Amino acid sequence: MTVERASDAATSAGSSALSVGDVIAERTVHLTRESLVRYAGASGDFNPIHYRDDVAAQVGLPGVLAHGMLTMGLAVSTVESWLGDSGRILEYGVRFTRPVVVDAESGADVGIVAAVGAVDEGTARIDLTVTHAGTTVLGKAQVRVRRD
Amino acid sequence: MPVNPDLVGRAFPPTAPYLVGREKVREFARAVFATDPQHTDAGAARALGYADVVAPPTFAMVIQDLTLQQLLAQPDSGIALERTIHAEQRFRYTRPIVAGDELVAQLAITGVRAVGKGAMVTSEAEITDAAGAHVVTATSVLLIGGEE
Repeated sequence: MTVERASDAATSAGSSALSVGDVIAERTVHLTRESLVRYAGASGDFNPIHYRDDVAAQVGLPGVLAHGMLTMGLAVSTVESWLGDSGRILEYGVRFTRPVVVDAESGADVGIVAAVGAVDEGTARIDLTVTHAGTTVLGKAQVRVRRD
Repeated sequence: MPVNPDLVGRAFPPTAPYLVGREKVREFARAVFATDPQHTDAGAARALGYADVVAPPTFAMVIQDLTLQQLLAQPDSGIALERTIHAEQRFRYTRPIVAGDELVAQLAITGVRAVGKGAMVTSEAEITDAAGAHVVTATSVLLIGGEE
């Protein structure tokens, strides 16, 4: 389940009106255990800490965790309708700073806010703020995009 | 066994060609909540100038993973998967991955730095297409915990 909202502040990557601080897109993605199994299958990452409570507990984790690469992937997808063409993405990087624990019954909500971090003539830097349970889970989540 | 610093500069063979399938792209897009039609509708992708559906940006990890398997298969690496944390991930794109691409990845270990009893390993995969042209470079920073 996804709630999406396009922002009025800036309507496209090529917009000349783009200014630092503009929120260009935001959404909340609800993850369940099914989401994790689906990502495991699609990506080939079958590390059991992403679907087995017993294994997660054995290695001292607070619970079954979402794949960091799932969080990274769903975060950047948030800006794609604003970008129009994902070929505008020149670089994308994140640090995995905190885990997203996905409860077997209630799942987990991941919130993404994408804002303009820097603008120059040909490119813009989009900063993604990705949160779960009130804390940021990705550090320095930045997308550098072409504006032409 | 600590992480072997001689991994830096070691020559690795290119990975076997990976043929990107349209249904795999759709499956991956669904898994990362990438709802933009360029990932699932070949007509929408063609309207943007691509030959077929466009893979979401983090799909490159599926190809990079083949190089991480090569790294873990080195008998003298000193890298134990159960003590490995994915600390950071970056992608630098020349163009997006598109269904029909036949991709090869070339592994290079560009850094091994001691951190306490463990090490920080930077693993880079240069991903090229059938014509040998650069598509994306994927970089993982892995934190390998020291043995107890």
